[in-house]
Amino acid sequence: MFQPTYKPFGESAILVEWPQEISKEILNDIRLLVSKIEAKKLEEILELNFIYHSLLIRYQSNKTNFTDLKNKLQLLYEEKPAVIHHLEETTTIWEIPVCYDAEFGIDLSFLSAEKKLSIEEIISIHSNAIYTVYGIGFLPGFLYLGGLSEKLHHPRRDTPRMAVPKGAVAIGGNQTGIYPQISPGGWQIIGKTPISMFDIKKDNPCLVVPGDEIKFKSISKDEFEMMALDCEKGTYELKKAKGND
Amino acid sequence: MIKVLQAGLYTSVQDMGRFGYRNIGVPVSGIMDSISAGFANALLNNDKNDAVLEITMHGPSLEFTLSTTIIITGAEMNPALNNIPVLNYKLYHINKGDLLTFGRLTKGLRCYLGVVGGFKTVNVLNSRSFYAGITLKGFLQKNDTIGYNKEIAHKNVTNPVISNKIQFFETAVIEVFKGPEFELFTSQEQKKLLSNMHTVSNQINRMGYRLEEVNVPHTKSIITSPVLPGTVQLTPSGQLIILMKDAQTTGGYPRVFQLTEKSIDIMAQKKTADTFNFKLL
Repeated sequence: MFQPTYKPFGESAILVEWPQEISKEILNDIRLLVSKIEAKKLEEILELNFIYHSLLIRYQSNKTNFTDLKNKLQLLYEEKPAVIHHLEETTTIWEIPVCYDAEFGIDLSFLSAEKKLSIEEIISIHSNAIYTVYGIGFLPGFLYLGGLSEKLHHPRRDTPRMAVPKGAVAIGGNQTGIYPQISPGGWQIIGKTPISMFDIKKDNPCLVVPGDEIKFKSISKDEFEMMALDCEKGTYELKKAKGND
Repeated sequence: MIKVLQAGLYTSVQDMGRFGYRNIGVPVSGIMDSISAGFANALLNNDKNDAVLEITMHGPSLEFTLSTTIIITGAEMNPALNNIPVLNYKLYHINKGDLLTFGRLTKGLRCYLGVVGGFKTVNVLNSRSFYAGITLKGFLQKNDTIGYNKEIAHKNVTNPVISNKIQFFETAVIEVFKGPEFELFTSQEQKKLLSNMHTVSNQINRMGYRLEEVNVPHTKSIITSPVLPGTVQLTPSGQLIILMKDAQTTGGYPRVFQLTEKSIDIMAQKKTADTFNFKLL
């Protein structure tokens, strides 16, 4: 148990904060509270979103106020869950295919020289880890991922690129990420995924949600081309390495 | 429909916004000044969430192909219907072929054009609000068309209930609450943020307003956390950024203030070089 703090955030939102650190323990504690709130189906709550150590709750100010809702949330936090949640066991792990070919991984050889690792080693380290989705922000469908091996930490480029392509998989500082759309960016690009992390044509544009985990799967250029075609046709389905349907 | 003959500086279709998608990083978007746009829909007897055109600084030239009734609210841009000046906050009948143009901006920054029943552009994730990447476009371009339903019989247009004297946005006081990181700063720094006069820089758009002054340079960093429209961030260089409707959903700068809903509307009408003070509630 932690002792989250509750702060008003404007006229109709509460910010719940856990200790200032990035940890799975905190993330899972937030998820537990979120699952309790969602199970209660409180009509005064409009929207929840969490990232790293904070949870934002937007509410209807004509149905409740900061103090009442805070008290309700505090009780809920302390309440023993009716069902014991095994968050670790129910966590979905998504498999994101990545082509690390030099055509897409334009910073791989630079990174290889800098980190004194072969390109194969970089790919192996990057694709063998399991990453935790600590939140989504910056751009629609941009995942804040934790779990990058220290061996691959590398500063951002001094001059950001004007246009990083959609699907680029990159490393920036101690983070790794996928650009969900074309955008300016300063991260070191190591590969590309053929799939859309955010597809507005779908009813649910972004399947991955905060709290999920992901794994990168190295694919060949041929596989990349085939998957890219399937994605265009809308027949590609994101695979789960683990998780309930 | 409306044919866009000239696009103006930044004209977009907006409703109240896209709610419920923060957890996948989708900005809320929507009308920047909801008080002014709200008058437009109310006076047309529209639904509160009906889509209006948000017109910024330099207005477009628009041709109507269907009869309807229109109203213009918010900023004063000297509009003219078939080259005859028209007033804000007043209903006008429109016939096929009518031409609406805008002149010089004299008050505020954004005006709203409403039609009976609202504009019928495509609804994406429960909103018609333009946002590049979610909708096809972020703003209107020459030769675009925007649909609306024909008004079969003109409603009886009575004198406007509201006069054009509503200038709620002509205040230099922006009311704020403490932001989540307000207490991270010393009372001297807090006082500085509250007593300093602030100036709107030339870096303003629907995502945010960067302010001119260097207030309180600092080295405090926070773990990326949710932000809202109206959140005031303090960058390490000491400059303030007021996040607006198209802002991203998370941010990593200390959040020193949160604007009231009304102050967001007021801020939306401020332009480069306008000055104001924050008032802590």
